Amino acid sequence: MASSMLSLGSTSLLTREINKDKLKLGNSGSNPFLKAKSSSRVTMMTVAVKPSRFEGITMAPPDPILGVSEAFKADTNELKLNLGVGAYRTEELQPYVLNVVKKAENLMLERGDNKEYLPIEGLAAFNKATAELLFGANHPIIKEQKVATIQGLSGTGSLRLAAALIERYFPGAKVLISSPTWGNHKNIFNDAKVPWSEYRYYDPKTIGLDFEGMIADIKEAPEGSFILLHGCAHNPTGIDPTPEQWVKIADVIQEKNHIPFFDVAYQGFASGSLDEDAASVRLFAERGMEFFVAQSYSKNLGLYAERIGAINVVCSSADAATRVKSQLKRIARPMYSNPPVHGARIVANVVGDATMFNEWKAEMEMMAGRIKTVRQELYDSLVSKDKSGKDWSFILKQIGMFSFTGLNKAQSDNMTNKWHVYMTKDGRISLAGLSLAKCEYLADAIIDSYHNALLYWKTPIEL
Amino acid sequence: MKTIDFSSSSSPSDRRIGALLRHLTSGADSPIAKSSVLASPTSGVTGGSVFAHLVQAPEDPILGVTVAYNKDPSPIKLNLGVGAYRTEEGKPLVLNVVRKAEQQLINDRSRIKEYLPIVGLVEFNKLSAKLILGDDSPAIRENRVTTVECLSGTGSLRVGGEFLAKHYHQKTIYITQPTWGNHPKIFTLAGLTVKTYRYYDPSTRGLNFQGLLEDLGAAPPGSIVLLHACAHNPTGVDPTIQQWEQIRKLMRSKGLMPFFDSAYQGFASGSLDTDAKPIRMFVADGGECLVAQSYAKNMGLYGERVGALSIVCKSADVAGKVESQLKLVIRPMYSSPPIHGASIVAVILRDKNLFHEWTLELKAMADRIISMRKQLFEALRARGTPGDWTHIIKQIGMFTFTGLNPAQVSFMTKEYHIYMTSDGRISMAGLSSKTVPHLADAIHAVVTKAV
Repeated sequence: MASSMLSLGSTSLLTREINKDKLKLGNSGSNPFLKAKSSSRVTMMTVAVKPSRFEGITMAPPDPILGVSEAFKADTNELKLNLGVGAYRTEELQPYVLNVVKKAENLMLERGDNKEYLPIEGLAAFNKATAELLFGANHPIIKEQKVATIQGLSGTGSLRLAAALIERYFPGAKVLISSPTWGNHKNIFNDAKVPWSEYRYYDPKTIGLDFEGMIADIKEAPEGSFILLHGCAHNPTGIDPTPEQWVKIADVIQEKNHIPFFDVAYQGFASGSLDEDAASVRLFAERGMEFFVAQSYSKNLGLYAERIGAINVVCSSADAATRVKSQLKRIARPMYSNPPVHGARIVANVVGDATMFNEWKAEMEMMAGRIKTVRQELYDSLVSKDKSGKDWSFILKQIGMFSFTGLNKAQSDNMTNKWHVYMTKDGRISLAGLSLAKCEYLADAIIDSYHNALLYWKTPIEL
Repeated sequence: MKTIDFSSSSSPSDRRIGALLRHLTSGADSPIAKSSVLASPTSGVTGGSVFAHLVQAPEDPILGVTVAYNKDPSPIKLNLGVGAYRTEEGKPLVLNVVRKAEQQLINDRSRIKEYLPIVGLVEFNKLSAKLILGDDSPAIRENRVTTVECLSGTGSLRVGGEFLAKHYHQKTIYITQPTWGNHPKIFTLAGLTVKTYRYYDPSTRGLNFQGLLEDLGAAPPGSIVLLHACAHNPTGVDPTIQQWEQIRKLMRSKGLMPFFDSAYQGFASGSLDTDAKPIRMFVADGGECLVAQSYAKNMGLYGERVGALSIVCKSADVAGKVESQLKLVIRPMYSSPPIHGASIVAVILRDKNLFHEWTLELKAMADRIISMRKQLFEALRARGTPGDWTHIIKQIGMFTFTGLNPAQVSFMTKEYHIYMTSDGRISMAGLSSKTVPHLADAIHAVVTKAV
């Protein structure tokens, strides 16, 4: 079907065109779309004979990332493996609710906290804790109140607020996103009506960073562009710049008066250390630059479904931060009025209590540690089973929840169709969904798909 | 002094300033447009700010009332601003049935925090549709309804508005005059054009039914019409059932698309079914409509942000397609909705005993508000306050549209520390037997004082 070839962005375009045609033909029975339906719906009520006002709407394709889990659920094969969405799993491949989160929730219930509306900017204690976590409690920009922080609906919601601010106050400015990047980034900027373009990032030849390309593309962008950077644990590739490369990135951004826009979804989850994972963001803060940081607690506190995150805007003065905050509120109010309280309270309780904070750090180290162990095991399995001499070391060099395997669409399809391994079509696997016990099976699947996929599938393949 | 043509400048900061100027100037007659502006010292230069052109936004007119109230040190201050229920002791209330549900959730060791689907908690969606449309609704039986969990009423309205702006052929929505302050902003940002239809009649402090019919009758066919399902905000003035039937007939004859805002089901009259009647009347005729549902007030779940958007379609096939497109609106906005509040609602709605307990607590809240109306009316009568105050007991729901003007409201805030929105709307939910006399004194004072 034609619609499955279209990218998500153009689906609504097709719908608009269908509606336009419908309008031309009018409401009468002469519209071929309507003929078959209306003749079979004869009722006593005059209203029911009229066609649906939504008749011309087409079925949207499933979300490429979230759709993977849905397909996985439908698969009855017992060998199936879900390496689709980035949600942490234990070694037993079970979802994990952090102990410290359970403690916080029990405390909250015992205390009998009320359910009053939060202010539009969210829970104050949460906002404070979040900015301090990101920059360090004693950082001058915190002390000088130069950071505007408002609670947002996890990473997505925080990115959307910032995008709306950019559309309103930086009209015509472009956002540069990495190629590739998280699939939802472009949807967010499209719906916010912010133009975007890509900067080179992933090098398929090295399964590493195309640093020259990245710097060149950032340099070439019109002055004052927004540069979307993944603070750590790049999604989907797992490839992060080195500290030296971050310095050069900051240099070129400053040189061109660009505005950095960090997406920090994995602070503490990548290396296991909250401070280490914030290094890139703090480097930019040291430079005295103004920039955006969207933050999420979905992964590092396992609060996925609570939708808890924040948008931080680092400004050159406390006055600017106050004004920016007030404008972000103006955007949030007609979107959802004020944010949900539950997740924010959990975070505030955990971060605000020294014991719980330390417990959290330990659990985070455990989660990041499991992923590192699994990477090692997968690498060892690949090296021992694959005799072709292919270099699999990228698995160890990449960091965070995801690994970009370098598999193309046909090869990824083989992973699913033959091996019941569910992953996204761009070759991304979520190591958080992998257990040590399954590493050998996965290694077999990857080796087979890499070498043989093109032999199995005879239909022309779109690469 | 340097003058610059900002629009054609190569500096992005200057272009931003140009954009801001265009926003500020309303036309060629504006003096700002006529003169050229000095180069901002902060444009594009290190040491300046890229946010220099952002001004301080004023506080939200409704939520800002609470901000101002919190700042007031007076011991007799009274917050009648935002519509949040208070007990007789003036305290926020978490329903017993909600606490029970939360305890049940915590005790359930199998509970996890995995991402909900984009459409939200499926069980919550099904139960919400039944709650508003009726257990036996043919639209539900025929699978013609798609329901998605959203962030309370606001979120449901926004998602519905964005969906309509993308997929519906008519991009104009008609809202009542007056209406909840956030409505026009929600729909404008969603991409719709906002127009109004007459609703409130200040001379009767009731419904301008003739004006309503005329304005809806004149609307272009297919236009979207926002309807308050019950307990109109801010006026508290609702159409009668007979008037609703006339509205329904008119709207269906013109193919107007109903978009219900249901924020007070059960809270207005005390009965869930009574308060849903207007919506059910529209659904019963087989036509299509949208319904934004909120659990903020009727379940006291304000800060949890729980609500649902239901779209009733002509066929199951259409409903399926509509749902798929709703997901495309939601995913780039916040990916998927929060789990906690929706879980509480699902626990309560699915359990017969908890549901029954809820209806009792709901009726108690509605009854307390009705009693506050009576007490305030009596207090003004006892003081001999001039004017007809029967609208206080005729209006329904959380709010009373007092008829006081902004100057009078300002006086009441300054002299009596009473906080309310400048349109004269007071939240009855914020009153108690103890505080009614203070409010009555204030109203009496402002109405009788020399102009």
